[in-house]
Amino acid sequence: MKAKEVRAARAEAGAGEERPALDEADRALIEALQDDLAAVPRPFAPVAARCGLSEEEVLARIRRLLGAGVIRRFGATLKHYEVGLVANAMVVWRVEPERLEEVGTRLASFPAVSHCYARATTPEWPYNLYTMIHGRDRRECVRTAEEMAAAAGVKEYQLLFTVRELKKEKLRYQVQRPGEVGGEG
Amino acid sequence: MSADGKSRVPGAESGGRRPTPSWDAVAGPSEPEPLSEQDRRLLDLLQRDFPLSPRPYAELGERVGLAEEEVCRRVERWQKSGLVRRLGAVFDSRRLGYRSTLVAASVPPERLDEVVEAINAEPGVTHNYLREPGPYNLWFTLTAPGEEELQAALERIKARTGMSLLSLPATRLFKINVRFEVSG
Repeated sequence: MKAKEVRAARAEAGAGEERPALDEADRALIEALQDDLAAVPRPFAPVAARCGLSEEEVLARIRRLLGAGVIRRFGATLKHYEVGLVANAMVVWRVEPERLEEVGTRLASFPAVSHCYARATTPEWPYNLYTMIHGRDRRECVRTAEEMAAAAGVKEYQLLFTVRELKKEKLRYQVQRPGEVGGEG
Repeated sequence: MSADGKSRVPGAESGGRRPTPSWDAVAGPSEPEPLSEQDRRLLDLLQRDFPLSPRPYAELGERVGLAEEEVCRRVERWQKSGLVRRLGAVFDSRRLGYRSTLVAASVPPERLDEVVEAINAEPGVTHNYLREPGPYNLWFTLTAPGEEELQAALERIKARTGMSLLSLPATRLFKINVRFEVSG
């Protein structure tokens, strides 16, 4: 029963998430874009030089990859504690499966929420919805979670406060040609 | 409930007496750097409206009233200070064929350093956090170039740590937004 729901949800999560077709130039561009853009007047010029494309072609392909969802967004990512949001918590929610879509959408609409996912459950861990919330201190996180619980009508939830960041690293993607076997990361 | 910064930290009781673990280097928040109103506007635009044009910093400069060189100077400073953690493309790992999962482990405080070291040594571990309250106090994300590789990485971590792990893959994404309001 539960497994079926998870499969159904996963199929839904997977819908439209198949790998778009990428050509050789896309792969070269994706490789070049793993590094940060430089703070120079023409920051796309070195990227273009690296993958043997023109600057215009690089920009056109970035737009296309954005449209295809391969690039989720393009721009700066800030360190959140440096903008004054020092407390954060992963709030885990236990939601009736038939309300998951509605509750997930509702909770995601809160500005304090940066991430919201439905996840598989295990016998030891029945929570099926996850939100990352950010605030100036822990009290603010608790208040936010209370508001979210009231708005979504969910009673069973827990705040798991971040005590320490132990690793935060960007993954370097290795983009294989279709059919190629994934190598060791 | 311990709902403020002064609250007790699990593992900190013993942590204080131990030599500083290697992963402590990525731990503590530093003092936020002072930002002018213009800086904040620029940071907002860098996050949400980066121009895909040959001279993006010139365009941003026009919008906030700064010369191109000045925008470049500030961006470079923020990249060096770490305020700008990333600048460029954020990829959807799924669409590049990658698979990921959130993993939880219940690690006794006396084994924390050793287990964290073993987990962080796995290249697909991109985020790892100590959280409270328990029983699951260690939460990390694991990403691999495919489902089989992901399972293999989980098995490697289990073998190396002897810990049982809860793997909680996402079934539905509702929101991912790492942009923060810095202006106003």
